[in-house]
Amino acid sequence: MLSRLLTSLTLGFHIIFATLGVGVPLMISVAEWIGIKRNDPHYLLLARRWTRGFVITVAIGVVTGTAIGLQLSLLWPSFMQVAGQVISLPLFMETFAFFFEAIFLGIYIYTWDRFKKPIYHWIISIPVVIGSSMSAFFISTVNAFMNAPRGFKIENDVLTDIQPLVAMFNPATPTKVSHVLATAYLTSAFVLAAITAFLILKGRTGAYYKKALKLTMVASFIFAVATVLVGDFAGKYLAEYQPEKLAAAEWHFETEEGAGLIVGGILDENNEIKYAVTLPKLLSILAHGNPNSEVIGLEEFAENEIPPLFIHYLFDLMVMIGMYLAFISFLYIVLRKFTRFNLHNKWFLFLIVLGGPLSMFAIEFGWIFSEVGRQPWILYQVMETGHAATTADHVGTMLILFLLLYIVLAVICITVLRKMFKDNPAEVEFEEASHSTNNETPFH
Amino acid sequence: MELQLIGITVLWIFLYGYLITASIDFGAGFFSYYGKVTKTDHLINKIISRYLSPVWEVTNVFFVFFFVGLIGFFPDTAYYFGTALLIPGSISLILLAVRGSFYAFANYGAKENNIYSFLYGATGLLIPASLSTGLTISEGGFVEEVGDQVVFKAGNLFTNFYSWSVVLLAVVSVLFISASFLAYYADKAQDKQALEVLRKFAMFWSAPTIFASVLVFVALQRHNPEHFANILNYAWMFILSLICFMAATYFIFNRKRYGTAFIFVMLQFFFAFFGYGLSHLPYILYPYITIYSASVNTTMGWALVVVFIAGLFLLIPSLFLLMRLFLFDADYVKGNKGK
Repeated sequence: MLSRLLTSLTLGFHIIFATLGVGVPLMISVAEWIGIKRNDPHYLLLARRWTRGFVITVAIGVVTGTAIGLQLSLLWPSFMQVAGQVISLPLFMETFAFFFEAIFLGIYIYTWDRFKKPIYHWIISIPVVIGSSMSAFFISTVNAFMNAPRGFKIENDVLTDIQPLVAMFNPATPTKVSHVLATAYLTSAFVLAAITAFLILKGRTGAYYKKALKLTMVASFIFAVATVLVGDFAGKYLAEYQPEKLAAAEWHFETEEGAGLIVGGILDENNEIKYAVTLPKLLSILAHGNPNSEVIGLEEFAENEIPPLFIHYLFDLMVMIGMYLAFISFLYIVLRKFTRFNLHNKWFLFLIVLGGPLSMFAIEFGWIFSEVGRQPWILYQVMETGHAATTADHVGTMLILFLLLYIVLAVICITVLRKMFKDNPAEVEFEEASHSTNNETPFH
Repeated sequence: MELQLIGITVLWIFLYGYLITASIDFGAGFFSYYGKVTKTDHLINKIISRYLSPVWEVTNVFFVFFFVGLIGFFPDTAYYFGTALLIPGSISLILLAVRGSFYAFANYGAKENNIYSFLYGATGLLIPASLSTGLTISEGGFVEEVGDQVVFKAGNLFTNFYSWSVVLLAVVSVLFISASFLAYYADKAQDKQALEVLRKFAMFWSAPTIFASVLVFVALQRHNPEHFANILNYAWMFILSLICFMAATYFIFNRKRYGTAFIFVMLQFFFAFFGYGLSHLPYILYPYITIYSASVNTTMGWALVVVFIAGLFLLIPSLFLLMRLFLFDADYVKGNKGK
């Protein structure tokens, strides 16, 4: 149990930075590209300032990532001994992708003014984007494997007949990977939009901020559409391969045709649902794309194989936040295109600011939902979580130590980021940059 | 070549890569703090941060690569080492995290912060010490299998002569490797003052390095006679290592060819490290795990080797580019190019 707590703590903390680590490089690259294409120094400055903040989150992402990598073996030695036979390939490839990204990120950050043609510098951002997305890809296949173990046989407790690629490209991989990528891009874009909106609210109204908001909101909308689509596929995947996870998420106890989707509500001790809104037939549509199809209920499963039922709340929150983000970014685009509505209206900006933290919460809820939803299994239908944890003492002490560490890291991260940008507003930097183009030293 | 041998060689190379790059990093942290205390930091800090800032993340990956690869090629190690290393491993992780966040902090000029540069300096010595426990444990005597449980005897580790001699060796080698590299870097930057300070560090730490190495031999003879006997079979590697050490100190002492001197330092540790590794075979954890008992399924093993080779085609040119831009670009090293 303590091992689970410590792993969730580390992962939960790491995911904040990992998500930004996957999505932000893409946004930076896009901003720099627009800047070079349109010869617009605003976008170039945008890319630069995002990069500078990004460095801080990367530093923390790297150390927490190292922590989770090693903790897998420290806290789940038996699991790694068994699964290591099968998942070592994607794990290994993930470190390659990470290596690749690390090399080019170092180059990217420290070569802003070293190339005569700015496009060369932009080219360096591509391997960073590829590296970060590929490492998300590989590590998600590992998680997908844990949800849908394939590519091996078990004979007398020994894994044989291992097919590395079958294990990697298991049925859960397509939806898992695309969902992880789409939401990481969406969250990063929205967090950047929220920061911009916040600054505009604070009275910074230059062209720089307007362009930043437009870029991030349009990107958010594109990624939000992708997220909704992929989320629908993920639902259909669950219905087919992990029906008890979907059933638990939806408090769907009895197998029935034309099942309704339950929104909100609470569950009392007798498993009676109260105060919920039921949207008729929607669950069947989510599960099979057909309003009258049959959805398997929890009654079909043994009591000790059912995941905790509180995951319904997480599922609901995740979906609602996703809808909210899609709606706000859609609204931004519509209002911008078809009306003369003032997009920098106080209330509208406030809604965007709200989306930033919400999107991060959605990531956390989504992961908790996905992970708790496959309990009691660590390897779905192969190995139980309880049998995989370490037998060593002192896990509790380590839990406290790491908790303290993450608090300290979070405080450092926030103070550094705040100081970095508060003491150095974009307008000032823009002025400086346009006055002395040859003498810039943004990094010390 | 056998799959298992390829696997362990690959891993050993990465651990060696980590040994060199991380030593430079850890030692730099210590020197930087020491410089602050002795008011010489303005001389050397620029050199240190100009080199370290672009590469620290890469350094870290060498380490991740090693442990992911180890579990990949030899999943059984996860079981034994994972259980045994919970405490030392977690402590290393926390230290690494503190250190990593320094780079985040440093980015906006918090190097002035006293507490933080103390932590940066202290972790530079504590991390090698805590990581070296992994090597100590591999010699056996600290892990016992009782029934189907792995029991780690932490008390033994703390009172053991061998484990302390390894810690000592780790710490002084870090300082020696780091000082000789930074002296070379300062020389390239034609930064005379920094060079003087760093050259002194290199000379100062050369004697303890050899002393600690001898101590480890003595301690190993008492701790694991079988391994010690094996080491004698590879005595030539250790003799070569000693010769390289003498060549390196000769150049540094005579203030010439700091680049060659650093190559000799790398060779010195290359021979010692590979001699140690070779004589340790076939055991990974004495006497429970050998490279044969623990190795991954062959299909997976070969898949890993294929991926590894493919990966090298990606990494080697990229690393080369990184070095050209930051290590061998005279203008950058001297600080004339945009940082």
